[in-house]
Amino acid sequence: MSNARTNILSRLCQSSIQETPPQPSPYQGREQEKDDWDTAERVRRFTERMEAVRAEIHHASRTDWLDVLAEICKAKGLNNLLVAAETEWGSAIHAQAQRFPALKTYQQPIETWKSELFYGIDAAFTGTRGGIAETGTLILWPDAHEPRTMSLVPPIHIALLETDKLYTTFAEAMQAEGWVETGMPTNALLVSGPSKSADIEQTLAYGVHGPKELVVILV
Amino acid sequence: MTTEFRHNVTLNLAKPNVRANFRKAMDGLMSRRLDQFPDKAELERLRTQSMAIRANALSKLPELLEQLETNLTRNGIHVHWAETPDEANHIVLAILQQHNAKSLIKGKSMVSEEMGMNHFLEGHGIDCLESDLGEFIIQLAQEPPSHIVAPAIHKSRQDVAKLFNEKFPDIPYTENIDELTQAARRILRDKFYAAPVGISGVNFAVAETGTLCLVENEGNGRMSTTVPKVHIAVTGIEKVVEKLSDVPPLLSILTRSATGQPITTYFNMISSPRKPGEKDGPEEVHLVLLDNGRSNIYSDPELLATLRCIRCGACMNHCPVYTRIGGHSYGTVYPGPIGIILEPQKAGLDVHGELTQASTLCGACGEVCPVRIPIPTLINRLRYDGVRKDASTTVGTGSRRKTGEAAAWKSWAWAASHPAIYNFGAKTATRLHGLFPSNMGAWTNVRSAPQLAEQTLHERLKAMGVDHE
Repeated sequence: MSNARTNILSRLCQSSIQETPPQPSPYQGREQEKDDWDTAERVRRFTERMEAVRAEIHHASRTDWLDVLAEICKAKGLNNLLVAAETEWGSAIHAQAQRFPALKTYQQPIETWKSELFYGIDAAFTGTRGGIAETGTLILWPDAHEPRTMSLVPPIHIALLETDKLYTTFAEAMQAEGWVETGMPTNALLVSGPSKSADIEQTLAYGVHGPKELVVILV
Repeated sequence: MTTEFRHNVTLNLAKPNVRANFRKAMDGLMSRRLDQFPDKAELERLRTQSMAIRANALSKLPELLEQLETNLTRNGIHVHWAETPDEANHIVLAILQQHNAKSLIKGKSMVSEEMGMNHFLEGHGIDCLESDLGEFIIQLAQEPPSHIVAPAIHKSRQDVAKLFNEKFPDIPYTENIDELTQAARRILRDKFYAAPVGISGVNFAVAETGTLCLVENEGNGRMSTTVPKVHIAVTGIEKVVEKLSDVPPLLSILTRSATGQPITTYFNMISSPRKPGEKDGPEEVHLVLLDNGRSNIYSDPELLATLRCIRCGACMNHCPVYTRIGGHSYGTVYPGPIGIILEPQKAGLDVHGELTQASTLCGACGEVCPVRIPIPTLINRLRYDGVRKDASTTVGTGSRRKTGEAAAWKSWAWAASHPAIYNFGAKTATRLHGLFPSNMGAWTNVRSAPQLAEQTLHERLKAMGVDHE
C-alpha cells in the first residue's frame, strides 16, 4: 500500500508545472451589508430561514426558558426527555425535574443502552455552541456530556441557542471562535433544520434518518 | 455500427415517462438554483473565489495530501492510498475482515460507485446496504444512479410505490411520498442499529486541520459515520482543500448550485475517532484516498481543471442532452457534462471517447459551473485528443482517428487555403444543387434535407457590390 502512496505522490510531483493560480481571499463572496446585521436582524434572519425548513422557533428569556421548555414538552406529549445533567442548561432542567417528563441522562457509552436510545427516547435537549443567521444554522460541538447521537437519533431535537452567540456567517463564526487555533473537536456539526429528503420526485419529505422535528429555544 | 452508448440513448429516448421525470426534475433544480443567486455580481464573485480555492489546492496537491495525512494520522484517523479501484476495494475488505464484519451501511458516495464497492464486497460475502433514500431506492431496483446528487431522479412516486410494494409486501401500498419516506426510515433504522461498519464519501478534506467534511440532508451520512464502531471514508485524491477557511465559500456555492438550498440540513465535520471519555462515535476511522487516473489528469495543465469539480451536478441539471437522454444512457458512474470529460480521461478515449460527442456545445454547463471549469473547451480538447496524430497525456489519444475522416479534413484544409480551388469547388457545388439528395437516411427521418444555394456567397457579395477585400 505504501507503494501506492509513493507512486501517486511522485506522479503528482512530476507534473507540478502549473503557474500559480489566483489566491483565494476569504471574504470576496460576501455582501458588505451583512457585516452590519445587528442582533435583532440576525435573530430575524435566523428565524426566517429556520421556519422555512419547518423548524420551530421559540423566544424566551433567561428567566422563563424553563417554562417555555416545559410547555413544549407538554404540547408534544413527550414521555421522556434526554438531557445532560452536567451542563449549565441541563442541570437547571434536572433541578426542576418534576416539571418535565421523565428525564434521562446519557451516562454510559452508546453500546450499553443503544436499544433504549434508538427505540425508547422521545426527545433530546442540548445546548449549542452558536448559530449562523445567514443560513439559519445551529453550531454543535458534541462532547462527553452531550454526545453526537443526542441531536441525531431521537425523533425530536430541542436545542437552546443564546442570541449573543448568533453569528452572521459561517466564515465569521469559525474565525471569531478561532477553530483552527483551538483545534477541531472529534465532530463539529452545522444543523439547519429537521432531517429531510427530496429524493422522490424532488418533493420535500421531513424526518428521514435524523430528527423529524427540530425545536430551537432562543434565549 | 451501433455502439452501446447509441443503443442506450435510443432505448432511453423511447421512454416517455423517464424523459418527463428528468425534464420536470431538471426544471425544478434550475429554477431553485436561480432563486439562490438573486445578485448576479455576488454569484460571479463567489464563482471566482471558489475556483481560486480549488485551483490553489490543486497547485499544491502533493504537499496538501501529505499535510492531510499527517494531520489525520495525528488525530487518530488511519490513511490509506489506492491507485486503482481494485486496490481501494481490497483495503476496505481488509478492514472489514479485521473486524469480522459481515455487513456495512453506506452513506452516499460517488467514489464507492466508481470503485464498484458493493459488487466487489458482495462477492466476498459482505452485505452492503445503501442508506441515502435515493440510493436505497435504486439499490432495491438494482439500478445504477442516474444523477450524482439525486440518484433516483428518473423514478416517479408510482415507480417507487410499486418497488416498495414488491420488496416489502408487509407495508401497505402507498404513493404518498411522506409515507414512503417513513417506511424507508423504519427499515433503515434497524439497519443503522445493527451495522458494524459505516461507509461514507467526503465532500472536502481539510489539510490544515485534518478534517473530513460531509454535506447531506437526511442524516444517513451522520448515522453511517456516528453509530457503527468503524467508519471508512472513501474519496478521490483531488478533494483536499488547504485551509478550514476555504470551506464556507465552497459549502455555500455547493448547496446553492446543487439543489438550490442556502445550506443543507447537516454539515458534518469529522476530525477524529471517539476520544477517551466520549460516549459515541466510531472507535476507528479510516480514509481511503483513491487515484484511479486522477494523477494522470493532473499532468496536463489544461485538463487539470477537471479536478476542480465539487460534484454539485449543476452542469447536468442545465444540460439539454442530459435532460433528454437521462443519466443511464452514459453507461458511466458520472453522467452529464462533467461525466463526458471525466470518464474518457479516466477510462481512456478508446473506451469512453464517444461520450465527448454527447454535447451540443451550448455552453450552459460552463456558465453555471461553481468552480468555473471550462467544460465546453475541455470537451473540444478531448474530441481533438481522440483524433490527433501526435502524443498527449490523455489515455487513448488518437484512438478515435479514422483514416478517411482525417484525409477528408486534410483535403478540406488544403482546398480552403487555396482560393482558386475553393472557389471552383463552391461554384461547381452550387451549379449542381439540384442533384443534392433529399433523402439522407437517419438525418432526414425527422428533418428536411439542407438546400444548397444557387450561387456562392462570393458571387452574391460581388453582385451586391461588396469589394473583394
